[in-house]
Amino acid sequence: MTVGPAPQQSALSVGPITAAPIDAPAEVQDLVPAYETRGVWRLALDVFLEHRLAVFGVGVVVFMTLFCFIGPLIYHTDQTTTDLNNQFITPGAGHVLGTDQLGFDLLGRLMVGGQTSIEVGLAAALIATTFGVLFGAIAGFFGRFVDALMMRFVDVGLAIPPLFLALFLASAFQPITLWTLIVVVAVDAWLIPARLIRAETLTLRTREYVQAVTMMGGSGARIVLRHIVPNSIGTIMVNATFQVADAILLVAALGFLGLGIPLPATNWGLMLSNGVTFVADGYWWLIYPAGIAIVLTVVAFNFIGDGLRDALEVRLQKR
Amino acid sequence: MIGYIIRRVIQAVFITLGVTLLVFLLLHLLPGGPARAILGPRANAVQIASFNHDNGLDQPVWTQYGTYVQHLATLDFGYSYKLNQTVGALLAEDLPKTLVLVGLSYVIAIVIAIPLGIYQAVRRNRIDDYVLTGASFVFYSMPVFWLGIILIVIFSEILHLLPPEGPQGATVGDLFGQFTSLILPVVTLALGTIALFSRYMRSSTLENLVQDYVRTARAKGASDTRVLFFHVLRNALIPILTLIGLSISFIFSGALIVEALFNYPGIGLLFWNAAITQDYPVILGVIVVTGLATVLGSLLADVLYAAADPRVRYTKA
Repeated sequence: MTVGPAPQQSALSVGPITAAPIDAPAEVQDLVPAYETRGVWRLALDVFLEHRLAVFGVGVVVFMTLFCFIGPLIYHTDQTTTDLNNQFITPGAGHVLGTDQLGFDLLGRLMVGGQTSIEVGLAAALIATTFGVLFGAIAGFFGRFVDALMMRFVDVGLAIPPLFLALFLASAFQPITLWTLIVVVAVDAWLIPARLIRAETLTLRTREYVQAVTMMGGSGARIVLRHIVPNSIGTIMVNATFQVADAILLVAALGFLGLGIPLPATNWGLMLSNGVTFVADGYWWLIYPAGIAIVLTVVAFNFIGDGLRDALEVRLQKR
Repeated sequence: MIGYIIRRVIQAVFITLGVTLLVFLLLHLLPGGPARAILGPRANAVQIASFNHDNGLDQPVWTQYGTYVQHLATLDFGYSYKLNQTVGALLAEDLPKTLVLVGLSYVIAIVIAIPLGIYQAVRRNRIDDYVLTGASFVFYSMPVFWLGIILIVIFSEILHLLPPEGPQGATVGDLFGQFTSLILPVVTLALGTIALFSRYMRSSTLENLVQDYVRTARAKGASDTRVLFFHVLRNALIPILTLIGLSISFIFSGALIVEALFNYPGIGLLFWNAAITQDYPVILGVIVVTGLATVLGSLLADVLYAAADPRVRYTKA
């Protein structure tokens, strides 16, 4: 095998990601048939599609997203002004799921509340995963003192029960906005991906191809971003999916504890928190729809995560 | 083994110190700082300066942290101006009650989840395994408070069997005096934990069933029951030890919600009220205590793990 491009060339190409991978010599790229990279993903897709629960999960997530974001365009309700003449209407013709104590239509409220829950869940999982992955990869790549220091920080974070940390942060940063919620949840959630990717990096950095990049003069940033992160993508995606599920639960818990976005905005947890007040009055529609929405969405993301794990973790495919 | 334990204890001490440092710094990053939080938004600059001077808050942050750690070492957690009690007294009153809630749930969860996981592993991919797996997914994904609400609706609103509120009172003795009130909070907390533990127990048992030692035992003529309970169970339980240690912070989070829902007078309820009224000395005290419990839990789990599995002592730093 020939030696790759001159070191300077590698070092220069650190900035923007160019179309062709520069690390591998042209001859080696030619030896790898183009379909093989596609094949890995197609194989993963096949395994994923065989996982019936995961496919069901995708269906539920698509349905919930359409329901929450497209639903309000079809089913028009007033979700900003209260209507105390029409509180606690039993589900029926006018209001499919009835109304709550402020006269809001509950089906419409479920859509609006779902928007917050899904938006915060996705955004927090994205931020937490990105930050956690970079943190873990950097710690694992540099090793030694840097690693020890960075991972003890993660240990400290993990020692504080997540809901206690979230509640503390949420109470400290009043008034709560959509972004406060996202940040609070992300601050809670990034520790797990950091730890997972750090462990993965410790094994990846000893691989020949990483050593080859080092020999060719590739910078640390290049190794982390172009080699370690892409090779951990399976672990990252699986964990990110579980992160969304956990984030939706955490937002719901904070809402239930009264730390949500103020009225007229809402989320599924806040809706349930209102429902509890009237639990003795038999207003079942204040309790079940929002709870079912949370469980369905969270179960769906957990199923998807399970399917992705089967599809992307090569270790499991051997069985 | 001794060396491993000593290393692990030192690590735990540093993590606990780290928790206090992190929370202490967070507290000082708050807008206005502790003086504003305690004296309220109408306090003027002179009042704030005088409060800061009296409480040593005009000292450098590191000096303050040193003083804080010194106080912690003598179990002085500070003073709650909102509740007009020392945080130490509040914790001493409420922590045992939370430990009762958490402890009972753990015991129930372990007693149910371990046989359940083994059963699922033995019956893997049959209809009952699918049903139980589905159920554990649902319970695992269910918000604790919603589960609690449903249990309240069923057992107190419809069946009138159990009270909808947790036991009230100042001491642990009071709690056991109202035993029926204790059932719903404990069961609510236990159900999610059962789902979590049984999933791990199932996969841990499955992993062990395909090991070489199982084949050897079978080849030597051991019956299925013997293989399962004498060989597989012992090994399958080892990862569960770690899980129990790691799940402590998860259980405390669940306990907070259960306490809030059932008005159960533990540190979760104390913390929730403190978070809403921004009673920072209490917030800080509870986080330090729960952090310490989490660290101790995982320390204990690691030591037990090392005792149970000799491989750990050599590979883990």
